[in-house]
Amino acid sequence: MEPASRLDNNHELSLRDFPYIIRWRDERCKRCGRCTAVCPMFSIEPSVIVQRILHSEGGMPEPKAVRRVVTIIKQSTDIGRYCTGCAACTLVCPNEAIEPEYNSRNKFPFHKNKGGHPYRRGGRRNDPRPSTLDRLRFTRISMLTDPALDAGRHEFRIRTYLGRILPAEELPLKIINGKLDVDKKSGKFIPPVREIYPVMIGSMSIGALSPNMWEGLAMGVTYLNEVENMPVVMCSGEGGMPQRLLKSRFIKYFIPQIASGYFGWDEIVRALPHMVEDPCAIEIKYGQGAKPGDGGLLMAHKVLKLISEIRGVPMGVDLPSPPTHQTKYSIEEAVAKMIQSMSMAWGFRVPVYPKISGSRTAKAVLNNLVRNPFAAALSIDGDDGGTGAAYNVSMDSMGHPIASNIRECYLDLVAQGKQNELLLIAAGGAGKKGNLAANAAALFMLGASAVSIGKYIMQAAAGCFGDEYNRCNVCNIGRCPRGITTQDPRLYRRLDPDVVAERVVEVFKSIDVELKKIFAPMGRSTELPIGMSDGISADDPAVAERLKISYVC
Amino acid sequence: MCRLVAITSDEYFSPIENIIALETMKEGHDGSGMGLALKGLGGEFEEFKDYPILSGICSRDGINKLDSFMDRLGFRLKYTWTPKTRPVKGIEARDYYFSRVYDYPDVFKDRPFEDKENLLLNTRLSLRKLGESDESIIVFSFYPDIITLKEVGDPLQLGTFFGLDKSSLKAKIILAQGRQNTNYAINLYACHPFFIQGYGSMTNGENTAFVPIREFLSGRGFPGYIGYNSDSEVFCHILHYTCKRLGYPLTYYKDIVTPLKQEEINARADSEAARFLKISLRPLCIDGPNCVIGFTPDGTCFMVQDAKKLRPGVVGGSKGKYGLMSEECGLDSAIPKRERSEDIFPMKFDMVIIKPGAREVTVWNQLHG
Repeated sequence: MEPASRLDNNHELSLRDFPYIIRWRDERCKRCGRCTAVCPMFSIEPSVIVQRILHSEGGMPEPKAVRRVVTIIKQSTDIGRYCTGCAACTLVCPNEAIEPEYNSRNKFPFHKNKGGHPYRRGGRRNDPRPSTLDRLRFTRISMLTDPALDAGRHEFRIRTYLGRILPAEELPLKIINGKLDVDKKSGKFIPPVREIYPVMIGSMSIGALSPNMWEGLAMGVTYLNEVENMPVVMCSGEGGMPQRLLKSRFIKYFIPQIASGYFGWDEIVRALPHMVEDPCAIEIKYGQGAKPGDGGLLMAHKVLKLISEIRGVPMGVDLPSPPTHQTKYSIEEAVAKMIQSMSMAWGFRVPVYPKISGSRTAKAVLNNLVRNPFAAALSIDGDDGGTGAAYNVSMDSMGHPIASNIRECYLDLVAQGKQNELLLIAAGGAGKKGNLAANAAALFMLGASAVSIGKYIMQAAAGCFGDEYNRCNVCNIGRCPRGITTQDPRLYRRLDPDVVAERVVEVFKSIDVELKKIFAPMGRSTELPIGMSDGISADDPAVAERLKISYVC
Repeated sequence: MCRLVAITSDEYFSPIENIIALETMKEGHDGSGMGLALKGLGGEFEEFKDYPILSGICSRDGINKLDSFMDRLGFRLKYTWTPKTRPVKGIEARDYYFSRVYDYPDVFKDRPFEDKENLLLNTRLSLRKLGESDESIIVFSFYPDIITLKEVGDPLQLGTFFGLDKSSLKAKIILAQGRQNTNYAINLYACHPFFIQGYGSMTNGENTAFVPIREFLSGRGFPGYIGYNSDSEVFCHILHYTCKRLGYPLTYYKDIVTPLKQEEINARADSEAARFLKISLRPLCIDGPNCVIGFTPDGTCFMVQDAKKLRPGVVGGSKGKYGLMSEECGLDSAIPKRERSEDIFPMKFDMVIIKPGAREVTVWNQLHG
């Protein structure tokens, strides 16, 4: 009998406590070692065990117990090396011998705070339920009373605007010989307005993203503009942009973001005199839907040569972005100044808009921006958005869904008659279940002028492993097994930027077809159905009441 | 889909001509209503050109309420026209149909016309509100040189009901719509043609962008932009907003309801201004299938199509009399003696404009500006 002390494993976790349990099939495994090599968390390792087996040789059964040393794949019970369920092992296994299985009865959140450090991760809110957007249906279908348009035959123009729009009453127009002409002598400031595709790629920085991922997205966006005539634009995220892009004519397809760390802006300002085109717009980030009220942190091991050059910082240091802008103490004064300063940097030729996280206070921000003639739009980021790094508690428990937030802001603008002056950009959760076109169309009908996507494009263009069951979600530690959110060349070389670009183009072209398939039966082809709330219904009376749309069952 | 008959002439003619033309399109309207708008009035109204005419329907109680309300405001009744109604099977007669000529209150007599227009609008809206709950007062227009007549029923039967075949009621411009009720409960306020401060319009189609347009117009801070019992009323209000509130020439109505693509705008001489309109008035794009026929205060008549030309529409006639109709059979009925080969079927970029006096037809092409 073994001594009792040898059986005392009380302070260890069992595999049943972990969110993913590796199912390894001994008889299929050829011990090639690819799974253990690829595991980003070192959750699995080759190990040896002694097995007692009954063995028989010869013509008659003569079983003998033998002890044999065998090589196995073993899952660690060290919580620092927990299996994230990414399934990179499954991907590389030649014999389908291994795969992680979700363990819904895990005790992970009780234990993932060793050393007094709360659980931090990347990814998105671990809430696999369909979002409100997925509960909306397009119910006003024209057939005979109003012959439907043909998505394949008729001409469609799926475009929106980005920029502060003057009301017609304030346009400096005069009539000359029966024609309207712009009165150049009026001295009236006409804010810049861009015509863009209504689905844009949201802010993901070089740093959070690997160089290959960012380059792939950027190439895809440029191709869509230059070849496909689809004016898709992309926000840089905080952390600057490559000098060669800043100084190229393609910068017009990009929206540099300034956030609380101001990373990369020394380099952008230095590039200003050499820029041959204006950027599409400037985004000022005040909040992020996935981690409201929290800042960002690019960890030192991600700050390699390229990042340090782009951001204008030394290599190998942590780069924290504070939760709030240190210069900001009031929206009335400091935010207005920031919007004006950014406008002034490009001679008031570039729209400047703030992005906030979804919040019950969004209307207060909105109404302040309504009174600021330089504010181009308001981007509201809902809580179903993704992030590169945040505290689990911020992601899972903080934030406001986008649907009701965008709706109440839109209706507030309608009440003031300003719904076409200050535009709303909706983000955070569009395409959560893969239904991007439907979610985007629903957001337009609730009042959004444009929709911004992040994690959807990571998933669709680069096959991000993450999901709402906490799969993978290690964007923060620089070990992304897909090479999307890492600065380690050994990892990001797995990701081919050309393939990413190709997927970006495919994704947008298919969204375009799907949007037409939604808009055509609803009789919309020339302008977006912004605020066309009679076209959608909810399958829940409470949702319908809150969104002021009809209820269907 | 409703059926539309508009006739513009340099001579007075009877609305029965419009009604007979509507009869030729009978399969297209279901008797859920007919509306008539008469402008450039002749007959007994010729001498009252400068006085506002209130057109509507009242119950017995309603007319008393209306009288006391108008008295209180200082309007003085100068002349009353009521149709000599005859009982017609299927048409439920209401108590009192009228078009009444009033003189302005004394304090307004020397005021600018714009003040008078606003007084007339506010008075009409107040009367509408006064009688809306019990339908005791229904008012369609209150403006000089305009009469509107609306009722539920088949157009030809309504013509008989109102005695229009024997009436002296005549005008130089008459719009008539035979209604095909589709989406909404029958309500006389939903019946075309719609009218506001000199601008009138009627439509055959359905407005898919109704909600955003209604929300945009309601937010303009103009008291007349209310009602919207029909999704087509917004077409009339967009016309008013374009030409009267913003002061733009009529052709920009087309640019606003069916904006061009940017690359098409670039080829226009007024491209900069057209681009601003497209952006600033984005919510007014009508998009869905519609043919809009309307008139402006000076008596110009026009027809525009939606951006895909999904509805029929034809303009034809001869010098002195032109018809703008949803179907050609109506035109054959109203103006049979014309050169048919010169009929115009406006396409998606066209705006057909006929100046007062109906001397000639102009087709303005949006691409060329």
